[in-house]
Amino acid sequence: MRPFDYRRAEDARSAVAALDERPDAMYLGGGTNLVDLMRLGVASPEMLVDVTRISSSAIEESADGGLLIGAGVRNSDLACDPLVRLRHPMLAESVLAGASGQIRNMATVGGNLLQRTRCSYFQDISKPCNKRQPGSGCPAREGDHRNLAIIGHSSDCVATHPSDMAVALAALGAIVHVEGRRGSRTVPMPGLHRLPGDEPDRDTVLEAGDLITAVEVPALSFATRSHYRKVRDRASFAFAVVSVAAALDVADGVVRDCRIALGGVAHVPWRAEIAEEALRGSAATATEFTRAADLELAQARPLRDNGFKVPLARNVLVRTLIDLTEAS
Amino acid sequence: MTTAAIPYVGSTMDRIEGPEKVTGRARYAFEHSPQDLAYAVPVPATIARGEVRSIDIDAVVQLPGVIAAIWHGNAPRLSTPENAELAVLQSPRVAYRGQYIAVVVAETLQDAREAARRLRVEYDAEPHDVELRVDHPGMYRPDQVNPFYPTDTEMGDPDSAFAAAPIVVDATYSTPAEHNNPMEPHATVALWDGDGLTLYDSTQGASTIRDTLAPLFGLPPENLRVISPHVGGGFGSKINPMPSVVVAALAAKQVGRPVKLSVTRQQMFAVTGYRTPTIQRVRLGADADGRLTTIVHEAFEQSSRIYEFAEQTTTPTRVMYAAPNRRTSHRLVRLDVPTPTYMRAPGEAPGMFALESAMDELAVAGKIDPVELRIRNEPAADPESGLPFSSRNLVACLREGARRFGWADRDPAPGVRRRGRWLIGTGVASSTYPTYRRPSQASARCDPDGMFTVRIAASDIGTGARTALTQIAADTLRTSPGRVRVEIGDSAMPSAIMAGGSMGTASWGTAVVRACQSLAEELDRRYGEVPAAGLETSADTTEEIDAQQRFSRHAFGAQFAEVAVDSDSGETRVLRLLGGFAAGRIINPKTARSQFIGGMTMGLSMALLEESIMDDEFGDYLNHDFAQYHIAACADVRDIDAFWIEEDDPHLNPMGSKGVGEIGIVGTAAAVANAVYHATGVRIRDLPITLDKLVR
Amino acid sequence: MKSEPNTPGQEVPVSAPVMVDLRLSVNRDSYPITVDTRETLLDTLRERLDLTGAKKGCDHGQCGACTVLVDGRRMKACLALTVTLDDREITTVEGLADGDTPHPLQAAFIENDAFQCGYCTPGQLCSAVGMLAEASAGWPSSVTADVTGEPRLDDEEIRERMSGNLCRCGAYVNIVAAIGQVAR
Repeated sequence: MRPFDYRRAEDARSAVAALDERPDAMYLGGGTNLVDLMRLGVASPEMLVDVTRISSSAIEESADGGLLIGAGVRNSDLACDPLVRLRHPMLAESVLAGASGQIRNMATVGGNLLQRTRCSYFQDISKPCNKRQPGSGCPAREGDHRNLAIIGHSSDCVATHPSDMAVALAALGAIVHVEGRRGSRTVPMPGLHRLPGDEPDRDTVLEAGDLITAVEVPALSFATRSHYRKVRDRASFAFAVVSVAAALDVADGVVRDCRIALGGVAHVPWRAEIAEEALRGSAATATEFTRAADLELAQARPLRDNGFKVPLARNVLVRTLIDLTEAS
Repeated sequence: MTTAAIPYVGSTMDRIEGPEKVTGRARYAFEHSPQDLAYAVPVPATIARGEVRSIDIDAVVQLPGVIAAIWHGNAPRLSTPENAELAVLQSPRVAYRGQYIAVVVAETLQDAREAARRLRVEYDAEPHDVELRVDHPGMYRPDQVNPFYPTDTEMGDPDSAFAAAPIVVDATYSTPAEHNNPMEPHATVALWDGDGLTLYDSTQGASTIRDTLAPLFGLPPENLRVISPHVGGGFGSKINPMPSVVVAALAAKQVGRPVKLSVTRQQMFAVTGYRTPTIQRVRLGADADGRLTTIVHEAFEQSSRIYEFAEQTTTPTRVMYAAPNRRTSHRLVRLDVPTPTYMRAPGEAPGMFALESAMDELAVAGKIDPVELRIRNEPAADPESGLPFSSRNLVACLREGARRFGWADRDPAPGVRRRGRWLIGTGVASSTYPTYRRPSQASARCDPDGMFTVRIAASDIGTGARTALTQIAADTLRTSPGRVRVEIGDSAMPSAIMAGGSMGTASWGTAVVRACQSLAEELDRRYGEVPAAGLETSADTTEEIDAQQRFSRHAFGAQFAEVAVDSDSGETRVLRLLGGFAAGRIINPKTARSQFIGGMTMGLSMALLEESIMDDEFGDYLNHDFAQYHIAACADVRDIDAFWIEEDDPHLNPMGSKGVGEIGIVGTAAAVANAVYHATGVRIRDLPITLDKLVR
Repeated sequence: MKSEPNTPGQEVPVSAPVMVDLRLSVNRDSYPITVDTRETLLDTLRERLDLTGAKKGCDHGQCGACTVLVDGRRMKACLALTVTLDDREITTVEGLADGDTPHPLQAAFIENDAFQCGYCTPGQLCSAVGMLAEASAGWPSSVTADVTGEPRLDDEEIRERMSGNLCRCGAYVNIVAAIGQVAR
């Protein structure tokens, strides 16, 4: 690990200013991913600006029934918050499905959104990786990619986004509040992360020095009936192979509205807009759910060894929708 | 063995070192910090084959805190070891990716790691070959397989018998490379004092390390002391000295200061050994009643370019079932891969996955209950050597296990039991493990205060050895465990075999009994009078063990599994595991049960999770950390229990015990795979049973 | 032929370690200490303060052997930079007992033989202390059927909540029994 300066930011403005001065500096949240990456040599900041003490560790209720979650809120505090559990159970479930109790106590909401892929090649600095070192190549395409992307990948990168929480937030259409060099702005959630294209080193649309200050979850009445289902190789403490976040509004056997996102399938938490569109107004039946899932997954382009993710995602999505229907 | 009024052997006793371990006072190797110490961080090769042309040492020694950087160009010369893995930094050759090519020594861990990362290395890389396949032109027949078994065996005419058999199975199974991954990484603190070397080392055998390393450094053995009071697991990977211990000693010698070195978890996937991947073809032929007429078991395995490690994969097949016609064989290929080593039940664990899966397939093909099929093929004597078994209670384990597990009403039809979205199934497999014993020495001492001290360079890697030896000594000395102090984990003590091969307690226990018997006799002669200087006796069991009668000595067992497979996702959960074992006399029921359950837990992990993935392009094991190489977590392990059949076997050792450390893992993976077949109708012949193999 | 730095592409300028003075509070003792900003709490405890109870099993937050309590919450000491912790109260396995009286979990671990090699044990114990506090506070887990309700700490809940602590000896069955004994 390269020696680095350490500064504790008092507020978002001074944090952004600190990064403006030192372009090789990085923000430090819970450190559960960044410290790991620094030890691996993947990240080598010359300074860490600790943003965990700035006053954004609260969860506030907005007037319309939505939530404003401070970026410094620890994952475990988000998951055990009574309002989150009641109004957005899939958000609480997604956070609880991630990592371990110890890591959830450390990791912050802002940091969770910005965690990097767990692709083996990205994490091993003795090997090429276009995300870590643009232009060096992507050994995963021909090498090991069993748990990498089936949708939206490019010739340069087949990585997946590892966050569980981000999948639920993408489904909920969360809005990310950002403080940057040119002031504050908001970025809607499915648009925060980007597909790799020919710039896989850029995970998100954020610019240098941008700091996530809060995440706004808009009111969504039927999200009280939502669920996050995670499929993984180990019963706990493992990244998703495929996951589904879904909220369903069913009345008289008909889908009035729904929100669906998939994890473990793409470089971004994948909002299943095609499936959502197919489902609105359709019968809430296994047949219709399967049709919608197949429509969404028709765009999948699996790699040599991860074709199993297509039936896996379909089965799990359909089952989640059936369970939500039966619960209503 | 002398019988005490209250025998402690056979009674439950808490681990003696328990209080130290739960308070954090138990010190492991890296936790010894001599004055003036420095930190050593080894540098792995980033090519799989070729030569190190140059390393820019000058640039690195100018970095903050760096004391030295050592490579073959400036390393102290070592004598040529038997195992070329230990000729560390002695040549420019790179035999596998991850092999140590240099080491950086610095004042702090942070400085050492940063300098190691910055080291500039120039290589002459050569094309590498890392793929194990049956038709590899380099496949050959090793002279023998571990530890001393014939490579191939054959009886009768297995091919004709197979052709004539009414019920047959011909299937190929594979098991992946698996890494031992003890929780404590291999670590050494090396301290030179003139021509004397002290190593605080995480090892399964202090005497082995001393005897191997002393000649390497040109030292008389008495000048090298290895201390390892507590060892955070090994599972075979800390039996043979690994390159890291040599690097630590070499670095300490070069810088003239004590040096600490710990292998990183990532590096453990290259330089601390692993279980070889195997490809195994099994052919079984049986008559209409399921009586085996032929058994053929052929294994294909790998080793590195620099060391022949020939695992004994098909040896359990030589003792399991009766059949007049039989053949077993092993073929090996040397690749540009890291050197494999022992991993919990080497040979038996992968070999019995194949044999016991095939037996389940035979049961299905012959429409015979799998428990009954095994009972029908019980041999009267060792089927290949013809020797009598010293004791064999496989049938009792199967019958009692079936009773406790609730096997009787089992419907053999696959894929028909549902609980919600889960498919349910049950499976069984047999297990076996040889009962070895090797010569060891021990001393026993009595002091005027009536306290006894027993000393032996044994190792407690979590087995409960310290506790078991205390019970054994207390019984022999006709005293209570509270009056006996057993000192282990130091090569300065009487020399002993390592903790491995499930033979530690049998080997050490024999030496401890003999030393304590001598002491008790000496005390009797003196009417219990202890001289002021104390009284000490010693024992060496070499002659006794060399003279032991010839028997086929093995522990046997049976594992029963109930699994649930998610019909949407293919996720498999092991709902219940029950193991029944016949392993001689159980010395400490509490710690023995933990060993059985621990082995079965690792077997569950082997069945569902573990697989080291070879990266063909770069030639290393790709998933080299605990996030990518999954071992069972707490949530994977639900209901696991073990019982045992009491055995009174006079042909073993003074305690009447067989080993318990490895047999728990042996049949478990097959029992789980057989249960998955019963649940789903899908036969998984390639471990691990991951969801991608079951999702539809 | 390959001729390049052993780990290419990460060339950054050489700079001297950055040292920071702070006071670290561990097991109710205050330690004035100068730390390298790169030091993790785990390395500070083990290499500087000779508090070797917390173990290094992976150094990447993937095994849980380094688990300690920070302000009463379980965390991984290998991922926490010491420089960030100057105003926190840290409890390690050495601080769990009340003088000579072992913590009930320590006693239950011995009684249930909830460890073999003992290397993961300090982390298991600190994690269990933190986990029981989380459960008492009504935190749900990934296996809680209804996250809006109050979870009941049965064996399945204990297993899920303790899954951040790997044990290679396979003592999970006994660990769950020991924790269950204390929890109920």
